[in-house]
Amino acid sequence: MAFIVLLVVLALLVFWFIGAYNKLIGLKNQVANAWKQIDVQLKRRHDLIPNLVNTVKGAMQFERETLEAVVSARNKAIQVQQAPGVSVSQTAAAESQLTGALSRLLAVVESYPDLKATGNVAQLQEELTSTENKIAFARQLYNDTATQYNTKQQQFPTNLVAGMAGASPAELWEITDVAERAVPNVDLSLGSPPPRTTA
Amino acid sequence: MADDFETANLFEQQEANRRRTRWLVFVFVAFFAWLGFGGDWILYELTRGAPPNAYRHSVPWFGLVLTAIGGLLAAFAWKAGPTRVLWSAGAREIETPDGAMETRLVNVVEEMAIAAGLPRPRIWLIADTDPNAFATGLDAEHAHVAVTEGLLLTCSRDELQAVIAHEMGHVKNLDVRLMTLLAALVGAVALMSDGMGRLLRGGVRFGAVTGGGSRGKRDKDLGPLVIVLVVLWLLSWLVAPFVTRLLALGVSRKREYLADAMSAQFTRNPLALASALEKIEHADAPTVSIKRGSAHLCIADPLGRQSSLHEGKVADWFGTHPPMAIRVARLKAMGYQQKKQLGEAIEATA
Repeated sequence: MAFIVLLVVLALLVFWFIGAYNKLIGLKNQVANAWKQIDVQLKRRHDLIPNLVNTVKGAMQFERETLEAVVSARNKAIQVQQAPGVSVSQTAAAESQLTGALSRLLAVVESYPDLKATGNVAQLQEELTSTENKIAFARQLYNDTATQYNTKQQQFPTNLVAGMAGASPAELWEITDVAERAVPNVDLSLGSPPPRTTA
Repeated sequence: MADDFETANLFEQQEANRRRTRWLVFVFVAFFAWLGFGGDWILYELTRGAPPNAYRHSVPWFGLVLTAIGGLLAAFAWKAGPTRVLWSAGAREIETPDGAMETRLVNVVEEMAIAAGLPRPRIWLIADTDPNAFATGLDAEHAHVAVTEGLLLTCSRDELQAVIAHEMGHVKNLDVRLMTLLAALVGAVALMSDGMGRLLRGGVRFGAVTGGGSRGKRDKDLGPLVIVLVVLWLLSWLVAPFVTRLLALGVSRKREYLADAMSAQFTRNPLALASALEKIEHADAPTVSIKRGSAHLCIADPLGRQSSLHEGKVADWFGTHPPMAIRVARLKAMGYQQKKQLGEAIEATA
């Protein structure tokens, strides 16, 4: 009798172990997959920028610095993305530089009514809005999934299995830049040109 | 966010939808079997006392044939359900977006697919000026999202995003599987019942002619069992469409609240869905393109029925959708709570 009880308890333990182990592995893969999504969207953003720069370059000769800032931030972000073994925070830092440069460029574009009127810019505006949104949503999914994964490995009793499943805390994509926390304004279609501050 | 709670809820909902779909198919086929074998039984009872040379109904042909038909219909509904639903709404697929409106729609769907962590569904447009939307498909890998042109015209980008997120919620929950199958089966049953009604009217005349002659001999065999059977059997044919319709009403109400909550989770912007729902509600013309059979799939009742406005016993039975005012109120409550939580951050960056 006691033997049977022992056997049942043992069987239950084995089942629980398998369940917990597989749950952690599943979450780990989900986190990796969510990160891949971010990667795809970042690449999209990097590919879109030359297009944007070419479209506005002619009309914005006086804004060399702004344009160059965007281009160099993009090149740096690409370098970081392609380098092996970069951490989430390094990527986040490089991309937030790019976000900052982009929003400055878009603010300047606001003050060129002729430029805004061309169809190309309107199209580009939608593309850019969408890309920025996609990055934001991919990041949201990544952070949500990673938080779930981290919580699961710390919770008792799953934490007993975490070592065996090779689980380690996933790094979240923190938004460090306060300016980036606010929704970037990429609306090129409204308003009159603001007073020019630079010559 | 309470992630653990949400995932538990999600898995529960997916499992419930899988289970209900299996039940639906089972009940559907069983109902056909009853119609067939019930008829066989009645005929068997009627011909049991027949003289040796006369026809005796000993092989249950009706049962076998009707069960096979039921099975085939269910299989057809499963395989062709999504295409039938889209076809009946007159939807046109957007393969390469044409113009700013369509580009925006495609982008928004892609964004929401990312937020939901699902593959991008196929996108369909319905030429109708009333704003509405629905999702269909059997699983997340083969899902479809359809919106009316009216929705694209009335909603801002954020509102469109919230509506699409609501539909992605249905896809992720596997609501689409149950609701699509139900739509296809409701259609099949309505068709069958109409056809059978015609056959039955012919059959009664036929029975009156042939049954008349042998009646005297078999009078004592026609016991209460046969009469009850006949009554039940005929009733089943008549109530079939009503039962399936009631099923369709029952499944959709609660899941609208859940999909609203998932939309808020994906967009982190419950107020956008609230204002989208208000706009959809105020454009109170019915969505003509969407037929009664697929009404329960839509984000808002396409028929604009009054019962959807109230919560209560009668409304619970006859409305496919929960009252819009309550949905909007719930979303607004979420929005204000979120604002309160983020309150300081918003003030600091503004």
